[in-house]
Amino acid sequence: MRAYEDWVIEAEARGVKISQVVCQNQMEELEQSEQALFQRMSKNLRVMRESVEAGLSGERRSLSGLVGGDAAKVEARWKKGESLTGGLMSSAIARALAVAEVNACMGKIVAAPTAGSCGVLPAVLLTVEKALEVVEHDLVLALFTAAGLGMIIAERASVSGAESGCQAEIGSAAAMAAAAAVELAGGSPSQTADAAAIAMKSMLGLVCDPVAGLVEVPCVKRNATGASIALVAAEMALSGVKSAIPIDEVIDTMGLIGKQMPCALKETAQGGLAVTPTGRRIQADFL
Amino acid sequence: MGKGNVFDLLGPIMVGPSSSHTAGAVRLGAMARKILGEEPIRGTIILHGSFATTGKGHGTNLALVAGLLGMAPDDERISEAPEIAKERGLGFVFETADLGDIHPNSVKFNLLGKNGCNVQVLGSSIGGGTIVIREINDFQVEIRGDYPTLVILHQDLPGVVAQVTLLLATAQINIAHMWVSREKKGAQALMVLETDQLIDDSVLGLLRKLPRIYQALAIEPLE
Repeated sequence: MRAYEDWVIEAEARGVKISQVVCQNQMEELEQSEQALFQRMSKNLRVMRESVEAGLSGERRSLSGLVGGDAAKVEARWKKGESLTGGLMSSAIARALAVAEVNACMGKIVAAPTAGSCGVLPAVLLTVEKALEVVEHDLVLALFTAAGLGMIIAERASVSGAESGCQAEIGSAAAMAAAAAVELAGGSPSQTADAAAIAMKSMLGLVCDPVAGLVEVPCVKRNATGASIALVAAEMALSGVKSAIPIDEVIDTMGLIGKQMPCALKETAQGGLAVTPTGRRIQADFL
Repeated sequence: MGKGNVFDLLGPIMVGPSSSHTAGAVRLGAMARKILGEEPIRGTIILHGSFATTGKGHGTNLALVAGLLGMAPDDERISEAPEIAKERGLGFVFETADLGDIHPNSVKFNLLGKNGCNVQVLGSSIGGGTIVIREINDFQVEIRGDYPTLVILHQDLPGVVAQVTLLLATAQINIAHMWVSREKKGAQALMVLETDQLIDDSVLGLLRKLPRIYQALAIEPLE
């Protein structure tokens, strides 16, 4: 089975970034040129930017009417200079909400790794881009690091809420974003592994309990908390904090917990928040 | 271990909210349109399982109609599909039914085309936007839209399959996968072939002229 730790060893031995190892691997496995892969990934980044803009400016409501307009509230408060947690965190929260709202409102997004968790990665990357004045080329490369880790998560465990709960969706997205953020900030390959492990450990056990079965409550807000966990994990890893449990073992654990999780808590809307009195009322009103 | 693809983890680029209930639904509609082979003017769309119960909140109905209009999963007009259908002269009705022991995200289309073609297509959205067509006109098939696909309705007699594969071999078209099913011995049969090369109109024309072939349809892969 493929292991992220093997990529860390390879990258450190060759003195390159994880993204370069992932790129090399994909050139071989997909039989495509580096340029073709890069172009395709650039398109993903472009759509991510567009979905952030659409979510921050738009006033669309979702089909159920439960979702819309919250990204703009967070952005407005921050722009007035009233952020409690600081500009970086406010920016990430607003961007994660923005993309997740666009998704709920039938706008265009990049599944990262899924549609339900599409806000985490663009929020973290585009926030770090602003803070550190990162160039476009490195941003696209960081997406390869994120996607490469996602590939390993999908192979060793799952990125599907129906299979393994929200830990597999927002949890995976947070781990992918944490690794990418560390690479962008100049961290080492092993620090990307620590950041990913810390982020995923923080979300182990999280269930998938969507109200009325919709990708709205609690999914949209969990994108924002997922983005914040990614940034916190990246900060620790960049400071030299290590994860006691290595990333591959954390991924395997996530998969195992997913198997142990009852079906009612895996995207069936038969447990968790979906069956609270309010959750049931929303479902009855809508359907 | 299979080959990994980073673009399965970052992507698809799609209109939300759900890869299975929205993006997959668009692809099912688009595939049904390709199988019909002409502009649809009337459609009955029968929703099964989770498509019937949670489809509304995921825009599944809109997505299925968008697919019938030929839209792709990243088309931002998906939410306007009913209005566009009206402009383009596509009338449709939705029904719900238990279609039996199949995937919960399933739909059956009964379509009429502008030149009078009629087709019934049953398909499922099986996760992450991936789809599979299970039935065409009550014949069992398995079409995922990953390959150029030939669907041939023919008489169930010795040599009919061989003449088709010989013609494809002559045209340098390689068969990747193939299924054959029939109503009963000697009656109508259906051949489905997934190929590595696109099937152009000249090859399709030759296929249609072969004896014992009633209908032949070439379906391009989905984007």
